[in-house]
Parts: sequence; structure tokens; C-alpha cells
Amino acid sequence: MHPAHENHGGHHPMLQHHFFNMGQQLEASILGMWVFLVTEVMFFGGLFMAYLLYRTLYPAAWLAGSHELNEVLGGLNTVVLICSSLTMALAVRAAQVGARMAQIVNIILTMGFGTTFLVVKYYEYAAKFEHHLVPGAHFDPTREPAQQLYFSLYFMMTGIHALHMVVGLGIMAWILYGAWKGHFNAEYFAPVEIAGLYWHFVDIVWIFLFPLLYLIGKHQ
Amino acid sequence: MSHVSSKGLYYTIFISLIILTGVTVAIARVDLGAWNTPIALAVAAVKATLVILFFMGVRNNTPLTKVVAASGFLWLIILFGITMGDYLTRSWLGIPGR
Repeated sequence: MHPAHENHGGHHPMLQHHFFNMGQQLEASILGMWVFLVTEVMFFGGLFMAYLLYRTLYPAAWLAGSHELNEVLGGLNTVVLICSSLTMALAVRAAQVGARMAQIVNIILTMGFGTTFLVVKYYEYAAKFEHHLVPGAHFDPTREPAQQLYFSLYFMMTGIHALHMVVGLGIMAWILYGAWKGHFNAEYFAPVEIAGLYWHFVDIVWIFLFPLLYLIGKHQ
Repeated sequence: MSHVSSKGLYYTIFISLIILTGVTVAIARVDLGAWNTPIALAVAAVKATLVILFFMGVRNNTPLTKVVAASGFLWLIILFGITMGDYLTRSWLGIPGR
């Protein structure tokens, strides 16, 4: 450790020296995370753009493709993610009030819901492989070719979303370690806060994916 | 330095999100013609707004953070608007092969 760090001169040990105080450090962390999330909005936005364009060009393929998705599993996963967002928000709150055990419990619950989501997604993907709905050489030849566009976007959008969930679980494991060590309290909870921002963002992506992928043909 | 929301608020938002999910599923079963998708997106937008304002706590953040958070959706509108403005108007000129 650098000698200057041995004595913090009275300031909080977690205050990085390019900030004036803990409040400014927290504001900067939140702002920085939001700048990253805006790039994530545009990252997923490109896929939503492709979805919008090809759905406009091939509406029948979209309806036929949507009929192959399992609405019950999709709805279940929506509820699971909303539950995980609640426990995430409660974990951040627990950090803000310095409640160690509540942080640990809520982070573990969040990870449990996240894992449940991925397990459900595994069963959904497996069914798509069995039904020859994966774009490529083994795609069901009796189906209209444009449906491959729908399923390409289905796998790309839900796949990248699921990848974000996996990354989120890794972040949660790191936050859980910090919570276990008792690192977070009313003065210093920025890591929990910004990990929460990421987790909620991934939930928001699914809030749009569920109706757009699973529900578009249900009224017919 | 920071605002601590009550647990009750988080539970209220949670229940609202679950109810809105039910609303989405229910409305999807009714044939509203061209309006099914816009309404589904409107409900999703309300859910996303609840998550952003309360779970993500943007309502308690600085004005600068609020502007940055909103900017992402502004860029999205530009992306969708200009791209669809191109594709949807290509046939207007009547040139074969567009």
C-alpha cells in the first residue's frame, strides 16, 4: 500500500483521493453507471431496431414465430425477474442502512431468482432445438424462410439478455463477498447501488422482450 | 447524502409491476387490431418507468444523472425514427428495386 494511504487524514478509508467527499464519489459512481447503461440501451437498441424493421417487413413470420414460444414460461420468467428486482432494491436499501444480514439474504435471493430465470431459459432453448426452430441448416423446411429472421432475433436478443444475467450473477457474487465482509454501510454503499442499477436495467430489457417476443400473436 | 426509501414503497412498486404484467398478458388476448403492440409497449414503458424512478432511484438522483438517463431513450427514438423514416418512404418514389 502507498504510504499516503496508511493515514487517511480523517477521511473515510473508502474515499478515493480524486473525490472531495463520499457524497461526490457516490454521485460520480451513479452518473458513470448511467453513462454505461445508456450505451447498453443503444446496444440492445440496435437489436430492437432490427426487430422493428423485419417485423414491419414480414408481419406474418412474426406471428407464426411468436406462436412457437411458451407464453407461460415467458410470463413466469417475467415474474421471477420482477421478484429479483425487488430483492435487489431491498439489498441496496439494506446497504444504505448498514444491515449486514439483510444485504446477504437479499443478494442471495436475487442470485437465486437470476439462476431460476436461466434454468427456465435453458428448458425453453432446448425445446426450440427439438422443434427445429434454430435458424440454419436444420431449420424446419416446411416453415416460411422469413421465420428464420424471427428466430434469429429471438435467440440473439434473449441470448444477449441471458449473457447479461450471467454477468450480473458474477457481479452479485462479488457484492455478496463485500456484504459478507461487512464493507457496505450508510457512508459507503456505491458498489451495491451501481450493481443494482445494472441488475434493474437487465430486468427492464426483459420487460420489453416479453410482450414483443411472446405475446404478439396471442389475440389470433 | 442519500435518500433511503421505505420498504413499503418497494413492495408497492413490486405489486404494481406484477399487476401490470397480468394486464399485458390479458390485453394480448384481446384483438385490438393495430393497437395490440402499441398498448403492450405503453404498458412496458410504464413498468420500465416505475423500475427506473423507484427501484433504480433516479427520482432521488441529481438533475445531471436524470438527463443522462433520459438521453438513452432520446437516442433510441432518433435510431428508430430515422431508420423507419428511410424504410417506410422508399416505395414513395416508385423506382423499381427501391
